[in-house]
Amino acid sequence: MSFLEIVFYVFSGVMILGAVGVIASRNPVHSALSLVLTFFATSGVWLLLEAEFLAITLVLVYVGAVMVLFLFVVMMLDINVTKMREGFMRFLPVGILIALLLLMQMVLVVGPENFGLDVIAEPARHAADYNNTKQLGKVLYTDYVYPFEIASVILLVAIVAAIALTMRRRPETKYQTPAKQIMVKKEDRLRIVKMDAEKK
Amino acid sequence: MIETVISFAMSIWEWLPLWAQALFGNLFFIVIIMVPLMLSVAYVTYAERKIIGYMQVRIGPNRVGPKGWLQPIADAVKLMFKEIIIPTNANRFLFLGAPILSIAPALAAWAVIPFNDGWVLADVNAALLYILALTSMGVYGVIVAGWASNSKYAMMGALRSAAQVVSYEIAMGFALVGVLMAGGSLNLGDIIAKQQGGVSDWFIWPLFPLFFVYFISGVAETNRAPFDVAEGESEIVAGFHVDYSGMAFAVFFLAEYANIILIAALTSILFFGGWLSPLEGLVASDSLLLGNGMHWFLAKTAFFIFMFLWLRATFPRYRYDQIMRLGWKVFIPVTIVWIFVEAVMAVMQIGPWAV
Repeated sequence: MSFLEIVFYVFSGVMILGAVGVIASRNPVHSALSLVLTFFATSGVWLLLEAEFLAITLVLVYVGAVMVLFLFVVMMLDINVTKMREGFMRFLPVGILIALLLLMQMVLVVGPENFGLDVIAEPARHAADYNNTKQLGKVLYTDYVYPFEIASVILLVAIVAAIALTMRRRPETKYQTPAKQIMVKKEDRLRIVKMDAEKK
Repeated sequence: MIETVISFAMSIWEWLPLWAQALFGNLFFIVIIMVPLMLSVAYVTYAERKIIGYMQVRIGPNRVGPKGWLQPIADAVKLMFKEIIIPTNANRFLFLGAPILSIAPALAAWAVIPFNDGWVLADVNAALLYILALTSMGVYGVIVAGWASNSKYAMMGALRSAAQVVSYEIAMGFALVGVLMAGGSLNLGDIIAKQQGGVSDWFIWPLFPLFFVYFISGVAETNRAPFDVAEGESEIVAGFHVDYSGMAFAVFFLAEYANIILIAALTSILFFGGWLSPLEGLVASDSLLLGNGMHWFLAKTAFFIFMFLWLRATFPRYRYDQIMRLGWKVFIPVTIVWIFVEAVMAVMQIGPWAV
């Protein structure tokens, strides 16, 4: 086994363990942290594919931002585990059916007859000065510029929608305007009163 | 005598298989980076207490050793021998894992920091992204610590910190986008090489607003005063590490200071030319002290560490909603506008884009 293979199997093993942890652990926080581990191992495998930009972006976006917010929400939930398990036996047949359907779809798409070294040849190794980031940037802003722009507009719409959903002015809330606070001068607020001392 | 020892050592080295050479070689460099870093962390804590002491017209620690120089050692020994208490209903595994989650990214980021021309452990071409990814990992230590301690104060500290770090990361990321536009590379060595030619060629001038945003976001990312609501003493005792004691607490402390040094080092690399001498072009480049060299990098880093301490001694703590306002409504627009300005500068070929 070459060094590369050892690294691949270590990362893949961690990835599978993490993925199992996501669905198997009883505590939702543990599940979320297992998902973080899975992302991390995935980025290790992607590094082996010389896709360092994608690998680091996976950690940056999913581990660094998305999962933090996920954890944020999960930590504040008070999940009643026993109540959630009540319907377990009742929904088991439906669950098994859906799981089987998903498995079938996945085997059809990513089954061994579609992947493997005999179907897709091993990608050629690049030289040491190959820059994945540069290549991606070039492709993204030339060949795929329209899909890229459309994707960014869709994301922008999603941002606007999310803000619009939560934005509401409550009349009872007091807001402060820092610009106004900074502009306050002594003359606006302070009145110096000169008067003679009181006589006894 | 010495020559025989060296040749003997070399023959042992060559006798080792390749993987062992790679392993021991990297371990050797890791130790060379980590030991001074840990010592600096210890003495930054001392410097902090001394500097803030003088700023508040006190003397600061002066009992242990001459002028208090052994204070950090005494602190470390005390923390090492203190009992680690695990709260009864705490999640034991995550409670003990959180400090490691906190310090590992802070140390791993040093792999790509160039200390001098070519003096870098891992010369990867996506170094800037790597740094950004790792600094964004640090927040897990805080969140997990807050959750695993099963305490309300710790939880509140963790939630505050999570929201704050995620918000300031956006501004920080945009500031770094500006730097990579100017440097034309994600490799830190290349970014420094692009700033060659004297003080006027440093990125601080064309990217001044980004430097401002980056440094302040860095202060916020490390949860330092005036952005230290995650451990606001007056509100939530000590925030996410209320329930930690002994070495587990010390590891959080180490991580915080390692992060401070990291942000200071990055500021000096990205905006102040790293190891480049400010006298470049004025003196001969082979001059030992005035020419380019690691000492300039260390001096610039030390200055920014001092800035961290200075900020802490000067400003009162931000209120939480004000922190959020600053991050979202001030810094992010500033960076977006400046990235646009940079694009215009690139088209007009001004500053670092001059041909």
